[in-house]
Amino acid sequence: MNCTLIKQGRVIDPANRRDEVADLLLIDGRIAPPGSKPSPDSKTEEIDARGLIVAPGLIDLHVHLREPGQSAKETIASGTRAAAAGGFTSVVCMPNTTPAVDSPSVVTWILEKARAEACINVFPTGAITKAIAGEELAPIGSMHKAGIVALTDDGRCVQNHELMRRALEYARMFNLPVMDHCQDYNLVGKGVMHEGHVSTVLGLPGWPAAGEEIIVQRNALLAELCGTPIHCQHLSSGGSVRILREARSRGVPLSGEICPHHIALTDESLRSFDTNFKMNPPLRTQRDIDLLIEGVADGTITILASDHAPHCSYEKETEFDIAPFGILGLETQLGLFLKILVHEKKAIDLNRLVAMFTIEPARLLNLDRGTLSTGAPADVTLIDPSMEWICDKHQSASRSRNTPFHGWHLKGRAVRTIVAGKSVWQL
Amino acid sequence: MSPSPSTTAHSLPPAGAWTRKDLVGIENLSPQEITLLLDTAAAFKEVGTREIKKVPALRGKTLVNFFVEASTRTRTSFELAAFRLSADVVNISASGSSLSKGETLKDTAKNLEALHADMIVLRHSSAGASQFLAERLQSSIINAGDGAHEHPTQALLDTFTIREKLGRIQGLHVAIVGDILFSRVARSNIHALLKLGARVTLVGPSTLVPRTFEKLGVTVTHDLQSVLAEADVFNLLRIQHERQRKEYFPSLGEYTALFGLTKARAEQLKPSALIMHPGPINRGVEIDSDIADSSRSVILDQVTNGLAVRMAVLYLCSTAAHHKHPSPSQP
Repeated sequence: MNCTLIKQGRVIDPANRRDEVADLLLIDGRIAPPGSKPSPDSKTEEIDARGLIVAPGLIDLHVHLREPGQSAKETIASGTRAAAAGGFTSVVCMPNTTPAVDSPSVVTWILEKARAEACINVFPTGAITKAIAGEELAPIGSMHKAGIVALTDDGRCVQNHELMRRALEYARMFNLPVMDHCQDYNLVGKGVMHEGHVSTVLGLPGWPAAGEEIIVQRNALLAELCGTPIHCQHLSSGGSVRILREARSRGVPLSGEICPHHIALTDESLRSFDTNFKMNPPLRTQRDIDLLIEGVADGTITILASDHAPHCSYEKETEFDIAPFGILGLETQLGLFLKILVHEKKAIDLNRLVAMFTIEPARLLNLDRGTLSTGAPADVTLIDPSMEWICDKHQSASRSRNTPFHGWHLKGRAVRTIVAGKSVWQL
Repeated sequence: MSPSPSTTAHSLPPAGAWTRKDLVGIENLSPQEITLLLDTAAAFKEVGTREIKKVPALRGKTLVNFFVEASTRTRTSFELAAFRLSADVVNISASGSSLSKGETLKDTAKNLEALHADMIVLRHSSAGASQFLAERLQSSIINAGDGAHEHPTQALLDTFTIREKLGRIQGLHVAIVGDILFSRVARSNIHALLKLGARVTLVGPSTLVPRTFEKLGVTVTHDLQSVLAEADVFNLLRIQHERQRKEYFPSLGEYTALFGLTKARAEQLKPSALIMHPGPINRGVEIDSDIADSSRSVILDQVTNGLAVRMAVLYLCSTAAHHKHPSPSQP
């Protein structure tokens, strides 16, 4: 028997309403019952967790691992190392690769590659439409059989409401949730930053908040019509929170996530024309930040995610309007969310933050993870919630360096990441 | 009309009065810096009236006119300004450069720098392109228009012309009419005029003159009539009705009916009011053809003054760059 005994940490397991200082025993890659002791004849690794949080392994359900086809930006190996360094034991990877994940063979390729090279769990998603082109349904049933956990055209958004409706109805057969990047192409046009005063001054094409909200509202209507859960990805606008709140209050199966950059930065950052502040959806205003945080505090927003989007330096170091959208996120998100949501704004407590990174995404995607229940996979993250540290992009495990947070003072950090009972990363 | 201040002699500023190697926009300039540029331009304007229109100020310097977005007027003006300062000039357009082969802007510019280009005049369709290069190159970067962001030398020549004709900027009321949303000329003019103490009213269709501009300290109106008898200066921007503008207003005819400076409207202007246009003009669209040629139109003065303004910009930025990066002493 392989045993790991995590001693005297603050065990937080929101799924079981557990929050106590205790020992946690892992046996052969599974969580042992509370209070159990390692058998004297087994070889036991002991970890001193005093002062640390012992949480279920964190799950990031919005990550771009870039393989297949874009390995200059990131690989499954490098992306999962970055995830482990950020405290994540599971990532859900987006299908906008080259080729797109729109067939069972690509799903199988990712799973095999992950088995060989990833240091954590990788759960693939499949495209809603072929080539993420928004025109014809992808082979959803076959991809489900191959192992996808959700459908999304992330990076793009199905504009045809009828097609989206049929995708939702079809996905229900397989109990597959649909995740949506909410963007109306006509309203957004060539927009590269939030439409407002700053875009007016800079003369950059604006991306109005209504371009997101109109699709969130569309999704509320279609989720209600079809009964299939829709998860709205990377919400950036305060108006989206209001729509989500209203729909959820009526029991519509609609959920939403936020990313750290949308509550850490505003469109004022764009004045430098630094493309590390260019992401989709764009950074918005302080008013939006306040409403997003309010949405987290009152439970309207249920999931936190990074939208980790690596890009090569030479791709990002170019004219603002032609640079690709997106930034790194796996290694900085825990420190940013803890600092802003827990320490500074006191919008949520540690329990809730852990839930938003564990049992909430696990429930949405029907994963057998995100808890410390007896017999669950022994994925555990040890967190020092008050550790102060400085982000150094040169230390990143990612292949890319596109972060706006280089040099930032963050508070809270994972110190050890354990997958199936094995430490895959430690500070 | 009051006596023109350009008749008073302006001399070149002392070394060190201007400290920027680049001119990427008006927004970050102080009123003193703008005034220094205008005064220096006044000194250079006199050169254009000489029989030999050339001074040796930039002898031995190399200037590259790097026009990624097409332009004849601005490029020619910069080229002549550089010739009059005795600089060597090379012109590069996007289609003739490696950008058309997929080279990045940074790499193309770094290659120009490796050829010892002292100054790069950049026209580019992307907002921020000049700032992008200014932060990465030792060469002086002069913004000749970046997307809808800034066109600083146009704003300088516009304010120079107003100051020359009306004797001041402070306290004047300037109306900028037309497509403000997509106009770098409008943005640079707004910054320059507000910094020098003018009042600015933006006039045009509500789709092209959004209220978000008000936060800059300007007035927005969609009623040209309301400023006709009020403004001291009318700066009419070129209106375009290409494919991407069709969602912004229905037709050129409707634009002219609502916002064109027709003869009937021109009669209501103050007698001293100036009519300006950055060109090229659409006769009969934003301005009546005869009004464009009338005595109160200063459209061609703007062109002449553009040369003096660009000489001043090249001279000052070159001098500042020289002080920051002194050339190695001769062996």
